[in-house]
Amino acid sequence: MNTRERQLARAGLQALTRRHFFRQSGFGIGSLALLHLLDERAFAAAADGARDPLAVRPPHFAPKAKSVVYLFMAGAPSQVDLLDPKPMLQKHDGQPIPEELVKGERFAFIKGTPRLLGSPYSFEKVGPAGVEVSELLPHFKTIADKAAVVRTVHTTQFNHAPAQIFMNTGHQIVGRPSMGAWLTYGLGSENRDLPGFVVLISGENNPDGGKSCWGSGFLPTAYQGVELRNAGDPVLFLTDPPGVSKEARRDSLDALRALNERRLEETGDPEIETRIGAYELAYRMQSSVPELADLAREPASVHAAYGTEPGKVSFANNCLLARRLVERGVRFVQLYHRGWDHHGTSKGDDIVNRLPKLCLEVDQAAAALVKDLDERGLLDETLVVWGGEFGRTPMNEGRNNSKFLGRDHHPRCFTIWMAGGGVRPGTLVGATDELGYNPIEDPVDVNDLHATILHLLGLDHTKLTYRYQGRDFRLTDVAGNVVTKLLA
Amino acid sequence: MRRGVRAALLAAAVAIVAFALLGSGARAGVPAGPAPDYERDVAPILREHCVSCHGAKEPESDLRLDSRAALLEGGMSGPVLVAGRSAESLLVRHLDGRASPRMPHRKPPLPADQIARLAAWIDAGAPGRDEAPAAAAVAPRPALHWAYVRPARPAVPAVVREEWVRNPIDAFVLARLEKEGLSPAPEASREALVRRLSLDLVGLPPTPGEIDAFLADRSPDAYEKVVDRLLASPHYGERWARPWLDLARYADTNGYEKDQRRTAWKYRDWVIDALDRDLSFRDFTIEQLAGDMLPGATVEQRTATGFHRNTQLNQEGGIDVEEARFETLVDRVNTTGTVWLGTTVGCAQCHNHKFDPVSQKDYYRMLAFYDNAEYSVYGQGEEIVDRWIVEPDLELPTPDQAKRREALRREAEGLRLEVEGRDLGADLAAFERGIAGPAPVFTPLPPVRFEAKSGASFRKLSDGSLLVSGEVKDKDTYTVTVRTGSAGITAFRLEALPDPSLPRQGPGRASSGAFVVTGLAVREGSRAIPLVRAAADVNEKRRSAALLLDRHDDTGWGVTTDEDAGRAHFVLAQPKHPLVAGGPGRTLTFTLDFQSGWPHVQSSLGRFRLSATSAKDPFGGLPVPDELRRVLDTPKGRRTTEQEAALLAWFRPLAPSLDAPRDRLRTAQAELDEMKVLTTPVLRERAGFERPSTLLRNRGSFMSPGERVYAAVPAALGSLPDDQPPNRLGLARWLVSPDNPLTARVTVNRYWETLFGRGLVATVEDFGTQGDRPSHPELLDWLAVELVDKGWSQKTLLREIVASATYRQSSTATPALRERDPENRLLARGARFRVEAEMVRDVALAASGLLSPKVGGPSVYPLQPEGIWNVPYSSMQWETSRGEDLHRRSLYTFLRRSSPYPGLRTFDAPSREQCTARRVRTNTPLQALTTLNDPVFVEAARALADRMMEEGVGDAASRVAYGYRLCTARRPGEADLADLREFYERERTRFAREPESAKALLAGDAGKPGAVERASLTMVANVLLSLDATLTRE
Repeated sequence: MNTRERQLARAGLQALTRRHFFRQSGFGIGSLALLHLLDERAFAAAADGARDPLAVRPPHFAPKAKSVVYLFMAGAPSQVDLLDPKPMLQKHDGQPIPEELVKGERFAFIKGTPRLLGSPYSFEKVGPAGVEVSELLPHFKTIADKAAVVRTVHTTQFNHAPAQIFMNTGHQIVGRPSMGAWLTYGLGSENRDLPGFVVLISGENNPDGGKSCWGSGFLPTAYQGVELRNAGDPVLFLTDPPGVSKEARRDSLDALRALNERRLEETGDPEIETRIGAYELAYRMQSSVPELADLAREPASVHAAYGTEPGKVSFANNCLLARRLVERGVRFVQLYHRGWDHHGTSKGDDIVNRLPKLCLEVDQAAAALVKDLDERGLLDETLVVWGGEFGRTPMNEGRNNSKFLGRDHHPRCFTIWMAGGGVRPGTLVGATDELGYNPIEDPVDVNDLHATILHLLGLDHTKLTYRYQGRDFRLTDVAGNVVTKLLA
Repeated sequence: MRRGVRAALLAAAVAIVAFALLGSGARAGVPAGPAPDYERDVAPILREHCVSCHGAKEPESDLRLDSRAALLEGGMSGPVLVAGRSAESLLVRHLDGRASPRMPHRKPPLPADQIARLAAWIDAGAPGRDEAPAAAAVAPRPALHWAYVRPARPAVPAVVREEWVRNPIDAFVLARLEKEGLSPAPEASREALVRRLSLDLVGLPPTPGEIDAFLADRSPDAYEKVVDRLLASPHYGERWARPWLDLARYADTNGYEKDQRRTAWKYRDWVIDALDRDLSFRDFTIEQLAGDMLPGATVEQRTATGFHRNTQLNQEGGIDVEEARFETLVDRVNTTGTVWLGTTVGCAQCHNHKFDPVSQKDYYRMLAFYDNAEYSVYGQGEEIVDRWIVEPDLELPTPDQAKRREALRREAEGLRLEVEGRDLGADLAAFERGIAGPAPVFTPLPPVRFEAKSGASFRKLSDGSLLVSGEVKDKDTYTVTVRTGSAGITAFRLEALPDPSLPRQGPGRASSGAFVVTGLAVREGSRAIPLVRAAADVNEKRRSAALLLDRHDDTGWGVTTDEDAGRAHFVLAQPKHPLVAGGPGRTLTFTLDFQSGWPHVQSSLGRFRLSATSAKDPFGGLPVPDELRRVLDTPKGRRTTEQEAALLAWFRPLAPSLDAPRDRLRTAQAELDEMKVLTTPVLRERAGFERPSTLLRNRGSFMSPGERVYAAVPAALGSLPDDQPPNRLGLARWLVSPDNPLTARVTVNRYWETLFGRGLVATVEDFGTQGDRPSHPELLDWLAVELVDKGWSQKTLLREIVASATYRQSSTATPALRERDPENRLLARGARFRVEAEMVRDVALAASGLLSPKVGGPSVYPLQPEGIWNVPYSSMQWETSRGEDLHRRSLYTFLRRSSPYPGLRTFDAPSREQCTARRVRTNTPLQALTTLNDPVFVEAARALADRMMEEGVGDAASRVAYGYRLCTARRPGEADLADLREFYERERTRFAREPESAKALLAGDAGKPGAVERASLTMVANVLLSLDATLTRE
């Protein structure tokens, strides 16, 4: 149904409801004018956010981006092997790290004094800012001129689940709304046939933080991320039961609607109108979602660029889906790819064998997404973010004297990149010390990152609030500064 | 940058304005006003902008700005005003930005005219009434917020329409309505009332029989009879447990990354049972918070303490256990605050509460109550990375189990005495004689077939050993078939051998070189050869040879120390009966189990060899450790006592004469260990008599411990009575003491919210100054006092509320009323809202007749789509229940926190990761898809169609009408019935044309007679289950 049709449907419903008001109220014809006014006001109120949680709401100021694609690298990629090279580590490879750096430090797995671990990979300077990029990310090199690399993101959490929850909700303990929920709460959704916040998952398994990573916390559940599933129905219960044809479904919804409208007339409860709308939207989703998820009709050139294979579960497929979602006006698309937890306890989780595999799974498609959005003129209004929940230690973990090379969790600094949506292209923000242990210039904490993302979407992070338990909550809690160096 | 400039300019402008006004205004007075006055000109400004931080409660910089005396006294930086000289007064300088930081901190500056007014007052000499400096000590406290004043029973107000009033509740409601010029709605229809009562009190729709009985009952107390029936129903407790379990954050898993299973349903059943027997809310509180500390605490009272054990448990590798423990305590304090005090105490974790009277010290004093409960840490030691907090479980054996366990324990005790104490002098002598002979010779058993469950590969080495490589799994099982020699067999030997290809040269495949064999079994063909004794060269404390043959899957013989890495070790095992001589082609199959692995910690062998001996005394000589060999070499008379003891200690587990009792002991122990005794998580107080205490944490971070504080309740809310111990029990009793101003109010408000969809205080979780004011404060207090006076009986409270005319009102509203009071704050109509998540499914199951009435028991697994559970480092699977457990009430659905049941989550059920006092109610397309297409609802539609076919007598119209009534408790109106009939006929035509579709829709029921009718009615049922009237409590 297009916008016009929707308006018509709504008008029809209003007319019907008006008839009901006249019948029920017992007012004389002389009160008609007054009643008409009341009626109009009631519906004006009904159209606002209280009644329709996903109605489009204006931002606080002119936005740069309309949508976000957040490529969440769950498990935490190694910044020192990918985007923040440290020659000093190579030079002093195998030597113990200076005691004073790690004195009193809490590590997840490292015991005693760990040894420095130089990256086995070579780096090349690319883009206008001369960002050094690892040989493991050849495709990223081709979009480095469009991206801003931030090397000094830091977090307070050093275990996966709390760190992922923190990265997504601004608080390490579950219960707060996620970024996507805040954004759809703040801005509504442009597409009324699809959810405003969509989650796509690939990799080893679901993220450690669980579904709270895209939860709505204390916001209404209408704002929680909806998982587009890889197997079975892309959206739960999208398919009609066996034996129920499209016409049968339409007929049943017509019957349902007739009865519900009658109930609306009898009770005057506007919630029924919302319910009728929800069932109609569900019906439209039954066509719009399969159409959206059908990658087979994309041309071969697109598949070649992304490395997609329709029908397969992959990060590449999800990147292409993300583009299709953004095209359709979905506000926040979040991809999770779990598998970056490279401790080096075995061949299956080290930086020599496993890390390159993960890069192969992700690099091409992520770069293709940025280019594709750019070619379609969507990059200006779409913010793409790539990053994990923390970084990895410049030291070898060496758990139980493992002979495999790997790195422990490192919350003090890690690298993310952003592109499009008002981000200054080809920039480098922040610098870390020569061991890659601490930020030394322009540190960016998680709240700052959130403030910046909201800013690009036209929202003042101090003003996007929700009152709960007697307090105005924010995604950024009591902190957060917009990273102006990132803005175009 | 630009913003900074603007801010500076603004500050300067303010300063200029202030100055300008000072210049003239100071002497001339603020234009045309009377002389400045503290109460009129100053206090309101300070109250609005400053007092929230500079108030009575632990003021910032020790500066209070809530009285004139306090202003004169100043704070940490000295006096803030110089009477007569505003330009030199810090108060003004900080406000206009000349002194840093500009105040109010991080908030917009005050309007220039307000600053000018303050300046003018200072310049006038800061006049005011409380001149005496002594007054500073007794600065008047601001009036207490209403919720912190103990409720008193208010007088029942007089009303005009007295005939409408059924009980005092109505008088309060009507008085307000009359004041507002409104009148209450008429009473709802009888059908609506019986459905409303059923849903509200037991969470299920009324059956046609129950509806008919109520419609037919014309006695004056017909309504009360229904209420009594429902309150006595075993389903009452199930329905009211739901909101409480949200508060209690009850779930079936630990939460966080691994989100493993926990067994806690006994607590859930305790809640249901306590509600059913109407345990007073007083005891309901005390038993849950401190049941374990009651004198002579019963099993049930201990089970109740599971309330605070519902906190999440983080088992992710590499966590900081101290931090995890701290977060658990924080959750307990915050939950206590929300549930009983209706107060967000959580703010005070990091700083003094800005609005409510809870200081940071108060917060940690509360935390101290909980910091005295027992706990330990799983996985101590440097090398262990998986650590978590372990709190006590209470065992709940059945009477049979208790009896059997007692018997087994007694038997085991006797056997242990025998095995550990029997005099072995003669045996030892015989043994010594035996080993004087030649050491037994072991011959390798050549492997002919071998495989590993993990898919690891084997290479046969020339010495008869096998070298493993390739795939490494955390757990593994090797199956090795060997050829036997010609001699008989009295014992087997398993050698663990080093190899350069293994981590740290092995013998294990773990990165440390360690291994643990958890099971060794031999069979010949399909015949098992029982092994009775084992001995090894190295016996670590929890990995001794004896554990190899026990019945635990996850314990065994292993060598794990650093010193033993890269060295050969062996274990011997003796068959119960010697094997007779082998023959050509005779083979034995060994199974080697390695089941002790944790994620990422492997335990399998990297290189090993199997061999056998036919020696008469196979254990002779060989396994004797070197130091004991020296003892044996010493003639008996010359051995020291220690030497004798060491020898005996070593020999005892090997003594053949103890084989029988040892065997029996093993069996008894195994039965004891395998006895599946139910457990439930409980709180248990640490022994000791000290007052519970804890360390304050600066800024709320557990990394920054501060001063020690002792358990106490928030000072502003009262104190523990002298006769109460300063511990958890005292806290629990204080919470439900008449002195506590909050608990009763918060409790009745929650009940009100559940029945009316909205609390008298809409923010049911926050009664503080930032929460909503009550819509009917006197009614709230009246109910609170009533609850306490009636012995905290929850059923009595409910009976009172549902008896009111207020509750019985029709929920239909005129547009004018809806416009006037869209949220129904004034209660001029009945409440109308979508039923809660659990009820959405329960109503469908009940209407269709599928619902199982079974109360309590382990959580169940109804139909759930594939792939919902996919959690890192966890192999837990959703194993769909069978039989009636498929159709149990929704509160029994297994709740995994990281992946809650989608059918419930979609309808706003929380994930129970945290205490939830109020569910937000949404209305979304995902809900629509659920009632239309979720297999649970499709199955319900089929079953509902069945009922329509079989119970709905007559033609299609009466069948459809019957189904409508099952769902909504009403008979359909003519128009509705006509629409449904028409839809039914259309479907009938369609299915008659496409019989295959009918079969597909009916699935398992396709064989029943009348497939076309049945399928068409299923479609009708599908609509009925999605009706607003079905989903809504009207």
